[in-house]
Amino acid sequence: MASNEQYRVCPETGLKVFFSTEKLIRANAVVAVVFLAIGGLFGLLVALTRWPAVHLLPADMFYLALTAHGADVLLFWIMFFEIAILYFASSVLLNCRIAAPRWAWTGFGLMLIGALMANVAVLQGGSSVMFTSYVPMMAAPHFYLGLILFAVGALIAVFVFFGTLVIAKQENTYQGSVPLVTFGAITAAIIAVYTIASGAIILVPTFLWSLGLINNIDSVMYKVVWWGMGHSSQQVNVAAHVSVWYAIGALTIGAKPLSEKVSRGAFLLYILFLQLASAHHLLVDPGISSEWKVFNTSYALYLAVLGSMIHGMSVPGAIEAAQRRRGFTQGVFGWLRKAPWGNPAFSGMALSVVMFGFIGGISGVVLGTEQINLIMHNTLYVPGHFHGTVVLGTTLAFMAITYLVVPLIFQKELMFPKLAQWQPFLFGIGALGTSLFMMGAGTLGVSRRHWDITFADATLSFDYPPTAFLMMGLNGIFAILATIGGISFIVIVVGSVFFGKRRDEAACKANPVVYQGGGEAVASYGSEHELKLPGTITLVSVFFLAFVLYYFVNWKYLAEVWPLS
Amino acid sequence: MALTPPENRLWWKEPLQKMEITWISIAFLWGLFMFAVMIYWHINGQQNLSNEAYRVNPETYGQKVEAEAEKYTVREEGDTGIPVVHPPAGSDVYMLARLWEWWPILELEKGQTYRLHLSSMDWLHGFSLQPTNINIQVHPNYEMVVTLKPTDSGEFGVVCNEFCGIGHHTMLGKIVVVDKK
Repeated sequence: MASNEQYRVCPETGLKVFFSTEKLIRANAVVAVVFLAIGGLFGLLVALTRWPAVHLLPADMFYLALTAHGADVLLFWIMFFEIAILYFASSVLLNCRIAAPRWAWTGFGLMLIGALMANVAVLQGGSSVMFTSYVPMMAAPHFYLGLILFAVGALIAVFVFFGTLVIAKQENTYQGSVPLVTFGAITAAIIAVYTIASGAIILVPTFLWSLGLINNIDSVMYKVVWWGMGHSSQQVNVAAHVSVWYAIGALTIGAKPLSEKVSRGAFLLYILFLQLASAHHLLVDPGISSEWKVFNTSYALYLAVLGSMIHGMSVPGAIEAAQRRRGFTQGVFGWLRKAPWGNPAFSGMALSVVMFGFIGGISGVVLGTEQINLIMHNTLYVPGHFHGTVVLGTTLAFMAITYLVVPLIFQKELMFPKLAQWQPFLFGIGALGTSLFMMGAGTLGVSRRHWDITFADATLSFDYPPTAFLMMGLNGIFAILATIGGISFIVIVVGSVFFGKRRDEAACKANPVVYQGGGEAVASYGSEHELKLPGTITLVSVFFLAFVLYYFVNWKYLAEVWPLS
Repeated sequence: MALTPPENRLWWKEPLQKMEITWISIAFLWGLFMFAVMIYWHINGQQNLSNEAYRVNPETYGQKVEAEAEKYTVREEGDTGIPVVHPPAGSDVYMLARLWEWWPILELEKGQTYRLHLSSMDWLHGFSLQPTNINIQVHPNYEMVVTLKPTDSGEFGVVCNEFCGIGHHTMLGKIVVVDKK
C-alpha cells in the first residue's frame, strides 16, 4: 500500500516530498504558529504588567497570563514546530515515505487536544501554577491531564520519526550516512524520549494526586524529576535549532559543514551529557549534596557546553567558507558584509547564532555555576537567560526557517517581502532588549514571577534600587518592539499560507529560494591547502573573551556577598 | 551540504584542521577550568551553600520557631504585631515561611556568625535577602541550616521569589543587622 504512495519532486532541491508528509508538516507548523501568536500575546501582557508605570493587569490575571505564556510558547509552539522539523528531517531529507501516517495524525490529535485542555484549565483560573507547577501547589486535574496527553502525542510523533528512519534504511532511499541535519534531528528525538519519560514519571502521579488518589508528593523529588523534563526539553530545542542553523546555511548560501566528524561529535556530546541539567534548578535547594550539584550542573566537566562551543565555531565557519568560495574574499569580514542580509531566512539564522551564543549561552553557564546561582536563583536573571536561549536562539531560528518552509512546503510566494526583510531584526532586537534588561534587573535582585515590586500591599516595606525600575520599563518597551516583530511574522506567514500566490514550477525556476550552486561550497578534506577562515577565528576569539570576562565579573559579585557556609 | 549524506562516506576518517583542534582544545580546557573553580571555591571561597538539612514536620518546625521567638523577642515592629527577635550572637536563629509572610523579624549583630534555619509551613517559597542578594529555595518538610555572617548593618528585605499564590507579592520579611553593642 504505502510503497506506491504519491509524491512530488521539489523543483529546487530535487528532493521527493510525499504528500502525506507534506500535510503533516503543514498541520504541525500552522498549529505551532497559532500557539506562538497566543503565547506571544500573553507575553506582552506580562511585560506590560511588570512595567511599573503601566502595571496593566490585576494580580490574578497576571499570574494567569504568565502561566499561559509559559505553556503556549515554551511548550506548545516549540514542540509542534519541532515535530514538523522531525518529519522534514526524516521523510523529506531521506526521500522516504513517512512511517505510519495514521499514527502521526493520532499523535497530532493528542497533542492538540492536550494543548487545548491545558489552555482551558489555565484560562478557567484555577490553574495559575506557572509553567513549573511545583507541588504542593495544586492545579485542576485537567491541567495535568492536558500536559500528559500532549506528551503522549509528542512521543508518538517521535516514534513515527524513528520508524521513518528505519524504513529509509531498509528501502535504501539514501546512500551512506544520514545528512547532518537529520543527525541533529535524531539527537533532538533521543533527548525528547528521555524528556517525555521524565514528564510521565512526574506528571502521572501529580495528576493522581490532584484527583485525591495519592496524598503526598515530595517537593524536592518533584523538582528533580520535573526538571528532567523541563530542562531537557530545552535541550531538545538546542539540538533542533542548531540543526536548523545548518539547514538554513545550506539552503541559502550552499554552506557545507567544515567537518562532518566535528559537527556530529558535538551532537553526540549533547546526547550523552545534556540531560544532567536538571541540576541547574536545584543549586540552592535543601537536601542535595554539593558533589552532586557540581558534577551535574556542569554537564560533567562542561562537555555539553563544549558541544555548543564547537557548533559556535563550525556554523559561522561553514558560512564563511561558503561565502569565500563564492568570491567574497575581501579582508577579514568581507564575506559577512556581503552575506544575504536581505533574506530573512539568513538574517534570522545569523542573529540566532550570535545572540544564542553571546546572550543565552554565556548567561546559562554563569547562572548554572553552583555558587554564583546564590545571587541569581529565581531572580529575573533566570527569565533573562532563557529568553536568550529559547527566544533569541530557538524561536528566531524557527521563524527564519519558516521563510523557507512557506515557499518550499506550502508552495506559496511570501507576501509583504519588505516587511519580511525587517522582521528578524525587529523581533531579534526587541527580544534582545528584554533578555538584557531582565538580566540587569535580576543582577539587582529583582524577583521573577512577581506582580508588584513596590510591595504596596505588604505589611512591611522594602525598596529595590531605582535602576531596577528603569530596567523594568525598558524591558516593557523592548517587549513592545518584539511584539511588533512577532505580529509581523504572523501576518506574513498566515497571509502567505492562506492568501499567497501559488508557487508553480516556473516561479521556482525564475526566482529560486534555494542556493543553486550545489554542495561544492568548500574545499574537500585531504587537499593540500589549509582552509583559511580569519573571520570565524576573530568571532570565536571575541566570544571567548566576552565569556571569560563575564564569568569572572560574576565571581566578583558573589565575593561581595555575606559569607555563607 | 548539511542536507545531503556526507560526500565522503568515510567521514569519520577525515583529518581535523588546525583551527578545529585549537578551538576544541581551548573550549575543553576552559570547561575543565570552570569545573575546577567551583571546587576551589568550596575550599577557599567564602560563599558556599551548606548541605545541612533535616526532614521536619511543618508543625514541629513552627513550634520550634515560636518557642525561640518567645525567648528572644525584644520588641514589636511598629504596629504590625510582628515580633523582632534578637537571639544571642553566634547562636541558631529560626525563620519560617508561610502564606504569605516570613516570620519573625530577626535582629542580628554585624560580624557575628549565625546558623539560620529555614523551612516552609505550606508551599514552596524563595528566601531572597535584598539588597545583599542571597537567594535560597525553601521547601516544606525540609529544614535547611545555613551559616551566615552579616557584614553590613542596616535593614534588609526578605522577598519571596518563588511564586506561592495570589498573595505572593505581599510576602515580605525583614532582617535587621545592628552594630555590635
